[in-house]
Amino acid sequence: MLILKDVSLSYQDGGKSVLDVLKNINLEVETGKFVSLIGPSGCGKSSICNLIAGVEVPAQGDIFLEGRSIKGVPGQVGYMPQKDLLLPWRTLLDNVALGSDIRREDKRQSREKARHWLDRFGLGKFAEHYPHQLSGGMRQRGALLRTFLFGQNTLILDEPFGALDALTRREMQEWLLNVWSQSRPTVVFITHDIEEAILLSDEVVVLSHSPARILDKIHVPFSRPREQDLLLSGGAINIKKHLLDLLNGKRNV
Amino acid sequence: MPFKSGRFQKKWRDSIPTIVFLVICLALWQIIVSYFKLPLWLIPSPIDVLKAFWNTRELLWAHTLTTLLETTAGFVLAIALGLAAGVAMVLSPLIKRLFYPLLIVSQTVPLIAVAPLLILWLGYGLLPKIVTVVLVCFFPIAVSLIEGLEVSDDDLLNLLKSMGATRWQILYMIRWPNALPSFFAGLKIAATYSVMGAVIGEWLGASSGLGVYLTRSSHSFRTDQVFAAIVAITILSLFYFVLIAGIRRLALPWLHTKED
Repeated sequence: MLILKDVSLSYQDGGKSVLDVLKNINLEVETGKFVSLIGPSGCGKSSICNLIAGVEVPAQGDIFLEGRSIKGVPGQVGYMPQKDLLLPWRTLLDNVALGSDIRREDKRQSREKARHWLDRFGLGKFAEHYPHQLSGGMRQRGALLRTFLFGQNTLILDEPFGALDALTRREMQEWLLNVWSQSRPTVVFITHDIEEAILLSDEVVVLSHSPARILDKIHVPFSRPREQDLLLSGGAINIKKHLLDLLNGKRNV
Repeated sequence: MPFKSGRFQKKWRDSIPTIVFLVICLALWQIIVSYFKLPLWLIPSPIDVLKAFWNTRELLWAHTLTTLLETTAGFVLAIALGLAAGVAMVLSPLIKRLFYPLLIVSQTVPLIAVAPLLILWLGYGLLPKIVTVVLVCFFPIAVSLIEGLEVSDDDLLNLLKSMGATRWQILYMIRWPNALPSFFAGLKIAATYSVMGAVIGEWLGASSGLGVYLTRSSHSFRTDQVFAAIVAITILSLFYFVLIAGIRRLALPWLHTKED
């Protein structure tokens, strides 16, 4: 279970004035669940990622993973930002194994494991390629596998498909569901795409304008495995309408 | 294979205009000198230079060896110092604040003013020449390295921090490979400067080296030999340049896979 307990974050803006980014965020993500966070851009979604990843420290509140506080402790979850950030001087294989190198694991074993994952998810042919030789979609898959291998049980994905074109994005969503269903890690998924959130998640959390607080949490009841067609069903359209209203401020909670 | 030889042919074809232009320039030089019957001490023709080069080849080689030794020693020393300075400044902002301005100022001190002092302090041996080479090479190497080590992509550093990487790991996994292209650019500049540094050191007092050959030839109005020395210096500089370009190719394989 990943728990954010009463988390607030504010930035000192030039010393005196204070910019509130997050206000009393309470969030519980059950182990193995896929939870999306949506909200207007600039609402502090990425700050939540940074907090869980341990790169930033909240001004108030605490963050627990499986009962242990991970506030300000990096290296506990897999974190993937919007840019793929593959290292241009590493081959795809070495990029995917980056986390193992940082943890100083055995090089041969980590490469074997990385190769196994690449093979399993259709990237085996490109193991020895450098990032600039790969398409945007393939680079993103590589970055996702790097995150899966590093994070193991808990992944924070910050708009991973935000920079991809619609078609590639659709492919990537299916691919992600496929990878996720085989190891079932806990996922916190940041997006501003409502359909993407409905398609992928067990629960969608809606955030307000800055300073961000939680407006509503919506359970997405559809069974898995899911297909893109799901989005055309009446249930999905109702959820979509509800989420749109929340984001447009038409519905008060 | 045909693909590869095709690329090789293309490279040759691309350099044909350069070669033709160079030949035309040399021919023009030769024609002007012969036509106006310009004296040898004023300006020698390319053929005169070639003759002087060949006639004094053993002497020239002996002097070149000295310069080669000074340049190589100075260059290697400058790389070691540049690496130490670069890494220290990137790891510690305080050290950078103290020494970076000094580094810039050091580059504005005219070498020609410092070199005689070095001879005064260190004598007529190899050491003052090696120090001049270090002075010339250190700046481009250190600055290019520091610029490369300071990774501008904050997201990348953030990612590595989120994975729990230590400062040291970030240095050798991210900063160092990120610095290599700019580092090699600095090395190329330093390599071409280094021979010049050694020659200036030799001018001011030495018993051997291309700078000595140069001053002696100049004092006896053997302008053809002066030009021969210039050719030798150019070849030496080009040798370093090509050597570093070759090492760069081996050290940065990810920059040379674009054709695939």
